[in-house]
Amino acid sequence: MNLHVPHDSINIQGTLSPGFAERYAQKATAADEMLEPNRALRPHWQPLISMLDELGPRELGKRWEQARRFIHHNGVSHNVYGDPDGLDRPWSLDLIPLLIPSEQWDRLSEGLVQRAQLLDRLLADLYGPAETVLKGLLPPELLWANSGFLRPCHGSIPTHSHWLHLYSADIVRTASGEFQVLTDRTQAPSGAGYSLENRIVLSRTLPSEFRQCNVERLASFFSSLRNTLASLAHTNHDDPYVVLLTPGPYNETYFEHSYLARYLGYPLVQGNDLTVRDSTVYVKTLEGLRRVDVILRRVDDDYCDPLELFPGSYLGVPGLLQCARLGKVAVANALGTGILQAAGFLPFLPALCRYLLGEELKLPSVQSWWCGDASSLQYVLENLGDLVIKSAYPTQGEDPVFAEDLPRDERDELAQRIRAYPEKYVAQERAVSCSTPSLVANDLEPRRCVIRSYLVAEGDSYVVMRGALTRIAPSNDSLVVSLQRGGGSKDTWVVSQAPVSQVTLLPPAGEPVPLSREGGGLTSRVADDLFWLGRYLERGESQVRLSRGTIARITDQSGVDNTYAIEKLLAAWPTGFLLRANVELNLEFIEGLLGQVDGSGLRGLIASVHGFARVLRDRFSSDAWRILQQIYSCVTDVQVDPNHPALRIPELLDNLIERFAAFAGLAGDSMTRGQAWRFLEIGRRIERVDFIARFLRKTLTVPGSDSGLLEAVLEVMDCSLTYRRRYLTHVETHAVADLLLADESNPRGAAFQLAQLEQHLNALPRENNQLDRNRDRRTLLKLRTSIQLADLMELCRVPEGQPRRALHALLSEVIDQLALLSDAVARLYFSHVEFSRELGEVSEETT
Amino acid sequence: MIYRIAHKTRYEYADAVPLSHNLMRARPRNTSAQSCRWHDFSILPVRAIRGEHLDYFGNHVSWLSVEEPHTELTIDSHSEVEVRLELRPELSQARAWEQVAEAIRGSSDVIPARQFTFDSLHVRRSSELAAYALSSFPPGRSLLECAFDLTKRIHVEFKYLPGSTKIGTPSLEVLQHRRGVCQDFAHLQIACFRSLGLAARYVSGYLVTTPPPGKPRLTGVDATHAWVSLFDPDFGWVDFDPTNGVMPLDSHITVAWGRDYDDVGPIRGILIGGHRQKLDVSVDVVPIESGF
Repeated sequence: MNLHVPHDSINIQGTLSPGFAERYAQKATAADEMLEPNRALRPHWQPLISMLDELGPRELGKRWEQARRFIHHNGVSHNVYGDPDGLDRPWSLDLIPLLIPSEQWDRLSEGLVQRAQLLDRLLADLYGPAETVLKGLLPPELLWANSGFLRPCHGSIPTHSHWLHLYSADIVRTASGEFQVLTDRTQAPSGAGYSLENRIVLSRTLPSEFRQCNVERLASFFSSLRNTLASLAHTNHDDPYVVLLTPGPYNETYFEHSYLARYLGYPLVQGNDLTVRDSTVYVKTLEGLRRVDVILRRVDDDYCDPLELFPGSYLGVPGLLQCARLGKVAVANALGTGILQAAGFLPFLPALCRYLLGEELKLPSVQSWWCGDASSLQYVLENLGDLVIKSAYPTQGEDPVFAEDLPRDERDELAQRIRAYPEKYVAQERAVSCSTPSLVANDLEPRRCVIRSYLVAEGDSYVVMRGALTRIAPSNDSLVVSLQRGGGSKDTWVVSQAPVSQVTLLPPAGEPVPLSREGGGLTSRVADDLFWLGRYLERGESQVRLSRGTIARITDQSGVDNTYAIEKLLAAWPTGFLLRANVELNLEFIEGLLGQVDGSGLRGLIASVHGFARVLRDRFSSDAWRILQQIYSCVTDVQVDPNHPALRIPELLDNLIERFAAFAGLAGDSMTRGQAWRFLEIGRRIERVDFIARFLRKTLTVPGSDSGLLEAVLEVMDCSLTYRRRYLTHVETHAVADLLLADESNPRGAAFQLAQLEQHLNALPRENNQLDRNRDRRTLLKLRTSIQLADLMELCRVPEGQPRRALHALLSEVIDQLALLSDAVARLYFSHVEFSRELGEVSEETT
Repeated sequence: MIYRIAHKTRYEYADAVPLSHNLMRARPRNTSAQSCRWHDFSILPVRAIRGEHLDYFGNHVSWLSVEEPHTELTIDSHSEVEVRLELRPELSQARAWEQVAEAIRGSSDVIPARQFTFDSLHVRRSSELAAYALSSFPPGRSLLECAFDLTKRIHVEFKYLPGSTKIGTPSLEVLQHRRGVCQDFAHLQIACFRSLGLAARYVSGYLVTTPPPGKPRLTGVDATHAWVSLFDPDFGWVDFDPTNGVMPLDSHITVAWGRDYDDVGPIRGILIGGHRQKLDVSVDVVPIESGF
């Protein structure tokens, strides 16, 4: 075996042993990115491999751990549908980059640019005169039977503008070293943000290797992207307002959306953050409506506008297409571009390229046959075993079928389906790509890979990212590369002979960043979500405290009679907890307390907290996010032992209280005092007063002054110490009521919350012309006054054995007013947050 | 004939709706057999924002947005249309239906008709529908004779029963229960045609009703109607009305056409923030002058 290793394979321990390349050569059997056909190391890999040999397997393993921690801490994730861990699966990054020499990348880029131009011209034709169909270059099926062809988008952008602003191609490299396109991504290509994240992780984990390999930078691609998007604005050219439209946190690449939005400096919005007025798109902020000039979208074509496209969509903006048609907003990519993701076009691209560009197609597709053509159909049926069968039209995540893997009868069935509807199928040669080294158990192993490249329009042409997102198959014998199937990803280094120039979108060191303070810009939806996150956090914490106080009394072994206190505490538990009048900590009780993540109990409450937090993820530091994650995993992970159901519960409740406190502390310490923080606070404060009033109504208004119950009330409210310091006597109802309701200096009391609320409400923006714009403040004033004016001593004094009806009435009044206050805040600030619905259809009838 | 058409659509909402966007197809298009002399809308609330464009099929689409809180929306569409009596093609003169199907599949000069041969949202080709149609399509018979025979069969064999179906009831279900309203029969007939490899489109419009002899015309009793147009390479697009078992003469007024109902529905709207709605539609088609 002829191995070109740069220097002796002596590792750090000084023992002679084969290096990474030699060991790898034993395993790599197929055509490979790193090895020549004769198994020699390709020259452009030599610097990296020798550096890896110097590090040695153990150190490399450590670096990999470091990278994994970095990814985990930054919450880089990719949602996998149908996975039990489903959302938030950590991004899986392979530490070994794919290396491609810059001359090869230049050649590939030339082909990619031509292909992007071709597809852009083809879109303009299909959504315009359709000459390619009428002149017989394309079968009519591919246009008119194509589910990706959205007729309302016909002619919907100004002539001479691009349809395709962003283009991405999945590329394989064949055994002969030729690049071929497996699929074209023309709708809303994803992954550019992940390639950026991979690059950041790798350049931190292998800093000197990265420096010495002359790796070309990604940043210039993103600066072209920013310039191009800005240039799309039809109006407001000097300072166009660009937003990134995401389907939301349940989308598989939501992390990437929020990451890209931050990196590019665009607000991240969802469909109902936007509204159409007078054929203009606006984003709904607390200060009112702000005009949007350009939308970078990650929402699929037909979901973008329920008025003209798919009416069941909640992800879009009703009226958006009309705004685009009138040139009032630019959408990138233009609506309808998903049509070209149909594999059916691939066989026709060479002829289309000659017709539309007058050139030969430089970058071929993987050999493909459209079965609607009779001779292709015959070939496909005769060679089914060697082919991969795909839908000819755009699909929703349908997997290609490898006919070879099918048992005889299924293969016959497939052939029958193809024969019945040949126009719906495309067959492709099995695109067996090269393998490339990836890190498995501290050593290199070969994995098949697919390279996803990115292009952005610039002027008449396109700019190619000097790098890519490379995805690898999950195992050595797997030929299918898919993140949804559990494969990994790797950074792609375009390596140059000479040192490369530095471009970065991050502000250069030494140059002062212009000062900026958070002003408005908070969208109504985010404010709404923050408000509810605040409410649910507080509701969760109160319920944990109440549960802890109740359980402590049930398990109390001191001999004090707590029966009355326990009865009243249990009565104060809110509905949604599956409790019976039950003072035994049996399995039923514990299950009732914990409940289910899809509804009741602590799990239900905390799942709601988590749901709101997910939507707001880009608003929290990684520390705060980690605490929110822990709160969630605390209650979902806890195992109940059927024989000792209560065993782990006290510890769980203590843990939860600590973490709630930690989150509140971090939010208080690290969130800037902007509107975001205020809405979180307003939600929290309103909820706390609500809990206090409801809790006291169940416990302080009952007949008598059971000291065990009063002690329990103080403990649940976390006020025992304060009370002791203040009164030094045994507990009395009116003193407890005063401390918890009227004392403005007690941060756990209602009066304190109301005083805080007043500050927050005063600091919020108010539209001068809005009707009844001070309703929230009026309601708050009423609330505060009714508590201040109440003579608690008098309200609590009742004949022995009588309930405290007047106190009950006061607390009920507080609860009612609070609901009005919450409603008033919602009307003033979240009224833009409304869901759209479709009008009932008019049926045609005749006489 | 010249007709004046009043088409009134009225929504009522339980709560004030802050914003609504609507699309309408109510302006009759011009065809070889009719011209729309004028058309306008009157809308309540009056401060609606309006515009118009042509859709992919060349139909007029009007859109209107109401951007202030409203509890009702009334759209009055008025038009005046001249319908000319066209010479009906001699049905027996058409080519045999198999030849037509062959021409549509293979000939490059009829490519534009091809888009009306595929499945669409409400029209799915199937062997059951082909089998139902085939007794009207004996080998070698003229396409138009076959089509007219099928039209009359649907009229006779299916019961017109409002409320027995909804928009989107599959044609196979309509075939099984043998009942429905005009759009079901139109979808069914289109599906039959397309299942045989023919090109057929959905036509939406108005039908003039004739009062019983001696009775005055009642207002508001007319309705929107739907029928079918079939492509013949020699005669062009020829209309059939399976609901009434006739070939339209001068009492059908075309508003729009497309692949099926989904392309041409008279109104489509999105409310932002409201719910519960009551809908009233009334149509009046009044002949104002005989064209002869």
